[in-house]
Formats: sequence, structure tokens, C-alpha cells
Amino acid sequence: MANFIVWVVWFAAAFACLASAIAVVSFRNPFFSALALIGNLASLAVLYLLLGGEFVAAAQVLVYGGAVMVMFLFVIAYLGDRTDQPSWAGEPAVTALAAGAILVEIVFAISEKTHGAFKHPHQITRAFGSPESIGKLFLTDHLLAFEVTSIVLLIAAVGGVVLGSHAHMTDNPAMGKHT
Amino acid sequence: MNGPHVGWYIVLAGMLFVVGSLGVFLRRSPLIILLSVEIMLNGANLALIAFSRQWGHEDGQVFALAVMAVAASEVVIGLGLIVAMGRRNIELDVDKLRTLRG
Repeated sequence: MANFIVWVVWFAAAFACLASAIAVVSFRNPFFSALALIGNLASLAVLYLLLGGEFVAAAQVLVYGGAVMVMFLFVIAYLGDRTDQPSWAGEPAVTALAAGAILVEIVFAISEKTHGAFKHPHQITRAFGSPESIGKLFLTDHLLAFEVTSIVLLIAAVGGVVLGSHAHMTDNPAMGKHT
Repeated sequence: MNGPHVGWYIVLAGMLFVVGSLGVFLRRSPLIILLSVEIMLNGANLALIAFSRQWGHEDGQVFALAVMAVAASEVVIGLGLIVAMGRRNIELDVDKLRTLRG
């Protein structure tokens, strides 16, 4: 019974995930695309929970669904109707064919390499993916990655301030010109 | 492990990555391209977390959190560039940014 319920939840989340991803790519108005991406992130958080990643699911909802999407919606609201552009470039059919070929290649390569190992996942304890164990890993095995991440975030914050500051708004004709 | 095994998650991650890459290839608005890059990163994150479940190690989840931080930084810079374009009244169309074209 529990197995059946997990299958149902998985199919619902996977369908919502794919449908909202396709909606993000195909909506004409970026505002609706951003809203669809929130649905995509929420259904991905459900999938992370099914995989035992409780802390990652919470971080996904907080960082992506909260902070990043608010930033997106703010910029879209700031730019207003100028973001609403006629949208398609190139040959959609050819590009879709190439992308489908890449997908088939990925799936084929992985299924060739694994030889059915996916049927026997490792056993996990209840502590798997809890904030405690993730935090312990971050501060022991992956301390360097943790520190480098903080530097990356600092540089991004400085870059955002520099890009957005009025002091650099000189009227350079070479920068503002467009055809 | 109840429900679908990890291979199903990997296939879904590949599909997400492909849908995101289609958005990057086909759309002209830089905002939609940034959103599509987010979908691609999320597909990679799903694969990382699925493999972490398969092997019973949490290292993949730690890596996914690092990817999230990098994605947030990328969004800050990308949106900063888009706002700068909007301030200078440059049309928001990546095909029209050809100042650097040789």
C-alpha cells in the first residue's frame, strides 16, 4: 500500500515538474514563466523528499521558491511590458530533434553503464539527509567547498551592486547603441 | 525503497535538462533564458540527489546545495545585466546584442 502511494505521489510530482518546465519555456509573457517555475521548484522539492533529501527540499523551497523567484518577479515588474517580446529563434523542430537525441543518448549511456544496479539501492537510516548530517558533512569533509561557496556569494553580491549602481551610468555611446 | 527506483528519477532529470536547453536555444528574451538555465540546473540537482540516494551517501546532497548557491549567484549577475540593459533602453533580445560581433 505504501508502495502504491509513493508511486502516485511520484507520478503527480513528475508530471507537474515536466508540465511546468514546458510551460516556462513556452509562455510568451516572462511573468507567467516565472510563476510556472515556482510550480516546477515546488514539485522538485516533493521529489527530493521522496529521495530522502529533507534538508535539500527545505532549502529548495526557501532559496529558490522564496529568494530567487522574488528577485525574478521584481525585475520583471521593474522592466514592465518591455520584457514581452516576440520570442522564437531558429528552427524549433530541428532544435527539438537535437535535444531529443541528446536525451536518448543520456538515457542509453546511463542504462548501459549501470547494468540494473538501480534495482538495489543502498539501505539508508532515518538520519539520511537530515540537517544534522548535512551540516556535519559541510563542516568536516566539505569544509573547503563551504568556504568557497561563501566567497562566491560575496562576489556575486558585490557584482550585483556594481551592475545596479547609478554611479556607473555614464552615457557611453558605444555601450548604449544598438541596432 | 518504496515506489520507483532511482533510474526513473534519472530519466526525469534528463528530460528536465533537455527542456531547459530547448528554452536556452529557442527563446530570445534573456529573462526566459535565465529561467531555462534554472531548469537545467534543477535537472542536474535532481540527478545528484537521486545518485546520492542510490549509494547511500549524502555527498551528492551537499553538492546540490553548492549548486543552489552558484545558481543564486548566477541569477544575481544575470538579472543585474538585464536591469542594466533595461536602464539603457537596449531591447531585451539576445539576438540584437551584436556590439562584440567581429
